[in-house]
Amino acid sequence: MTFDALTGVLAIPAAAAALLATLPDYRATARLNIVATTLTLVCALSLFVVRPLPGPYLLIDDLNATFIVLTTFVGFTTSVFSASYIGHELATGRLTPPFVRFYHAMYQVLMFAMNLALIANNIGLMWVAIEMATLTTVLMVGIYRTHEALEAAWKYFILGSVGIALALFGTILVYMAARPVVGEGLDAMVWTVLVKRAGAFDPALLNVAFVFLLLGYGTKVGLAPLHAWLPDAHAEGPTPISAVLSGLLLNVALYALLRFKMLLAVNEGALAPGPLMVTLGLISLVFAAFMLYRRRDIKRLFAYSSIEHMGIITFAFGMGGPLANFAGLLHMTMHSLTKSAIFFAVGHIAQVKGTQRIADMGGLTETHPTLGWGLILGVVAIAGLPPLGIFMSEFLVVSSTFARAPALAIILVFGLLVALAGLFLRLNSIAFGEPRGPSAEAEASYVPMFAHLGLVLTAGIYMPPAVVAWFQNVAGLLG
Amino acid sequence: MSRIDFDVAHLLAGSLVLISFLELYQDRLYALLNIYALHALTLAASVAWQAFVQDAPHLYVTATIALGFKAIVIPVALHRIIVRLGIHREIEKVVGAGSTMLAGMGLVALSMVVMLRVTPGADPLAREDLAFALSVVLLGLLMMVTRRNAVSQVVGFMSLENGLVLAATGAKGMPLVVEISVAFSVLIAFIVIGIFLFRIRERFDTVDVQALDSFRGERR
Repeated sequence: MTFDALTGVLAIPAAAAALLATLPDYRATARLNIVATTLTLVCALSLFVVRPLPGPYLLIDDLNATFIVLTTFVGFTTSVFSASYIGHELATGRLTPPFVRFYHAMYQVLMFAMNLALIANNIGLMWVAIEMATLTTVLMVGIYRTHEALEAAWKYFILGSVGIALALFGTILVYMAARPVVGEGLDAMVWTVLVKRAGAFDPALLNVAFVFLLLGYGTKVGLAPLHAWLPDAHAEGPTPISAVLSGLLLNVALYALLRFKMLLAVNEGALAPGPLMVTLGLISLVFAAFMLYRRRDIKRLFAYSSIEHMGIITFAFGMGGPLANFAGLLHMTMHSLTKSAIFFAVGHIAQVKGTQRIADMGGLTETHPTLGWGLILGVVAIAGLPPLGIFMSEFLVVSSTFARAPALAIILVFGLLVALAGLFLRLNSIAFGEPRGPSAEAEASYVPMFAHLGLVLTAGIYMPPAVVAWFQNVAGLLG
Repeated sequence: MSRIDFDVAHLLAGSLVLISFLELYQDRLYALLNIYALHALTLAASVAWQAFVQDAPHLYVTATIALGFKAIVIPVALHRIIVRLGIHREIEKVVGAGSTMLAGMGLVALSMVVMLRVTPGADPLAREDLAFALSVVLLGLLMMVTRRNAVSQVVGFMSLENGLVLAATGAKGMPLVVEISVAFSVLIAFIVIGIFLFRIRERFDTVDVQALDSFRGERR
């Protein structure tokens, strides 16, 4: 087998996972973790230049190249954040060295599984990869082994398993639809073959399949009313994992959904997946926006904000068309960067305060100005205020919707405003006022957080034409 | 395909649905585990029959996994776990056995209506297998929502998963079936190890999932 970049994004995390599982020293493993994610990022970036041809198992095109670069980039920055975060956890004794070793190995396994899910050309392989990603995150969520963490892991496990079980049923139905046209065997599960021949598939079977896939992968995207696992899993796991869950894993599940949406778009008799996605997206947005108000745990607050934003993204892709798809892609990228930056800040804040309760935080801008203002910048970005990137993508989603379905746009804007008010209500008590609660010196790494926020700010002010052209090209692919 | 091939496959898949119904109203954990072992055994027979009919030797691997892992190892392990946890005498109040059965019948009817209507073109064996498989999946889901005990929820999930394997083997020539069944076995092994290692009993004082509801992350 020749070594190309596609093998690289799989082989590097796999090898690193094996190595990290055996090395005992914390400092060396944290560094090795960073080195591995850097190499994976380099491999992913090289996919823009040299691109291997699709095979029956692996595929790279403009769509998943975008996803994979985003995934490896956030994976890289999170590994930098994770090094200082985990150092603190070791120092305070919340994690012991064997668990840290396990954590690092699992981090790389998760990267491997997500990369595999993104570049899989075979819908069965994609399913296996997403299952693997679910399992690794379950283990990571339960790593603190407290009552709450185990319970969150159990809930995530059961709901996630049901979700992927339904997705598998959908996958089998797609195969059943393809078999009479493509013939038996491997070809009937290869996405590139399917999308060429999907026009001749039985539309009724394809419709049922999509409903199962939407419910199954939709659970993993965290769409309401299938979201119940998400806040717990975000709140109880280590914060780097919350960042990766929100910023990446939700996207990976959404990507799977988009691939099947493209399949249905080819078939003229099949139902339009758009309205289903639009409905689920809007429900998630409005529901999560209201849920922001009564949160008392800072990580749960931002977990609900993730549900809200996944709702917006699903809505945008559901609307379809070049402009809405462009907005959806942009929003997805901006949300990944911003939300992981927020979790970087939240992770250190929870460490210096020794708690995740919002009531015990206050006056962060006075006691820890860098963290406090970093969080404020992040929340301003995630709430969709100008001049940051999310303002632009939300503006595009809203304006493209106003042109086509004004009634939906009103619900959309309503949800956005409710969420904005909810976030600022909470932010006010966290960042300003009298300093409250315990407080320790911050030993934080600010670079990943400000790098992400810097990118989001730059994107809000000036998007290079090359990036715009690239996103337009991908949006065109999505149809 | 000869008449007998079809009839045997039909019989086995139909029995799977019936056994799912049996699981629905078991109120003792031991009995539930025994019925589940029977479920897995029937699945193994069904998969082996498909392997024979379709002349697909790799499916024998899936059948062996179903027989060895799901029909023997998992029930035995769960037996020991519930003895260790000291809940083997516990009687679980099944919420309205009658209405649960009625709901189950409704779900089976639903899956027949849905699957038979959308697959008029497919070959009859695959078509009925798929309808039965969906019934088993839905009955598994029903069991997961009506039970409060973590162990019976896991049994519900495992029978749901048996339905998926039935669907995958019924879809003739489907690639990766063996890989998928291995992946699922890993998942189930994790769940069972999870119950044991995390000692849900010890941490939660009960395996009654309702007790977990006290935790919403908001009332600390």
